[in-house]
Amino acid sequence: MRYLHNTGRYFLMIAEMFRKPTKWSVMRTLILKDIDDLIISSLGIIAFISFFVGGVITIQTALNIENPLIPRYLVGFATRQSVILEFAPTFTSIIMAGKVGSFITSSIGTMRVTEQIDALEVMGINALNYLVFPKTIALMLYPFAIAIGMFLGILGGMAACVFGGYTSLEDYVLGLQTDFDGFHVTYSFIKTYVFAFVLATIPSFYGFYMKGGALEVGKASTTAFVWTSVVIILLNYILTGMLLG
Amino acid sequence: MILVENLYKSFGNAEVLKGISTSFEKGKTNLIIGQSGSGKTVFLKCLLGLFPYEKGIISYDGKIFSKLSEDQKRDLRAEIGMVFQGSALFDSMTIVENVMFPLKMFTKMSKSEMEDRADFVLKRVNLPDAHNKMPSEASGGMQKRVAIARAIVNNPKYLFCDEPNSGLDPKTAIVIDNLIQEITDEYQMVTVINSHDMNSVMEIGEKIVFLRHGIKEWQGSKDTIFKTDNKAVTDFVYSSNLFKKVRQMYLEENE
Repeated sequence: MRYLHNTGRYFLMIAEMFRKPTKWSVMRTLILKDIDDLIISSLGIIAFISFFVGGVITIQTALNIENPLIPRYLVGFATRQSVILEFAPTFTSIIMAGKVGSFITSSIGTMRVTEQIDALEVMGINALNYLVFPKTIALMLYPFAIAIGMFLGILGGMAACVFGGYTSLEDYVLGLQTDFDGFHVTYSFIKTYVFAFVLATIPSFYGFYMKGGALEVGKASTTAFVWTSVVIILLNYILTGMLLG
Repeated sequence: MILVENLYKSFGNAEVLKGISTSFEKGKTNLIIGQSGSGKTVFLKCLLGLFPYEKGIISYDGKIFSKLSEDQKRDLRAEIGMVFQGSALFDSMTIVENVMFPLKMFTKMSKSEMEDRADFVLKRVNLPDAHNKMPSEASGGMQKRVAIARAIVNNPKYLFCDEPNSGLDPKTAIVIDNLIQEITDEYQMVTVINSHDMNSVMEIGEKIVFLRHGIKEWQGSKDTIFKTDNKAVTDFVYSSNLFKKVRQMYLEENE
């Protein structure tokens, strides 16, 4: 029953987020600040993880190809498919649920605990529009971060492949080009946009409606991470079935 | 004027406010007092519309709060200034940005006009040199004064203060009390203060509403509270020996 209540409340929150918009001059500043806090500050970790995971995928694939009949360019092909289809959009989003999600929940939750949200509401400001909407808009730039992740993942694979001596650069590049389907990139970006919305709104929901003190802010951050991850995994399954099935 | 008629509020089966009726007038410091758990914070939050209530009427200069649309409620709230118990300053903004915040949200003032207005109110609350400090760098008393500056910067018609003296030393508490009384008189606002500080009651209580177990037990002023024979009020207000002696002296002087 509590899950149903929370689901209903979540959709009401989203509807409320679009009502009574904040002045554009103020909103613009908030969006730019959130782009900095949520996207720019995440680029480092996305780049680092993508590069090395791309490398690991390549090494694992190369080590598992023992049959001489299997062409070596398959290493590049497998890396491309893994990075573009799943690693960059889905698994990076789960990592971001930890980084960005807990930042959003704890910052909004702290504002709740210290009555800053009450202060906004007493002033007649739509606190949901003021706090959640700019984060949602800022995270619409999230696919750009994922595009960088895709590029660096494939680059990391190439570095591991060439410097580790698993296959030649030519074979790796040939694998990257083999049977390339542009729709896979589109599919990946569609997923990323949906995950970006989830990353902005579910942690905001748990921060905004939390009750209690500092301890509860920590608990809300954990709950937000769990539910954001669960929803991302479920939506990944549904979207993959719809778009590629 | 804020008029409250027969206000009821419950949380589950627990009835917190039981038919409170009173009024708060313009240009006066109105105090809501009572023991912890008497319902004063709930009453204040009902007045502000932060808590919905089951029964009763709250009207702001004739506008019945429960009959207003969400947008009308937000418009009304733009005329309200609030000083929270913990100050509730936005910790990502400097002190001057906190003070300018209501102006940015609700006026079309230019940046220089907003800065001038913020300068004026910060001087008014005796904080002329704190502009660029972050709230975390300010003392409790300074934070309260910034909260008052933010509450009055947009010339509100109604000012609410929740325990404005909590956590402050007695000297700073008196400064804050006097400041609230002065600006109430100066700007002719309806000021409602939630307090259990007896010094505030004696200093600035132009109207006092005493709540007990969610009921309005007594109402009067700082002058009449000395003479009341309501046992619940005298037990609460004169619980310390010092205040008992002060009352005794007052009654002897006025006999």
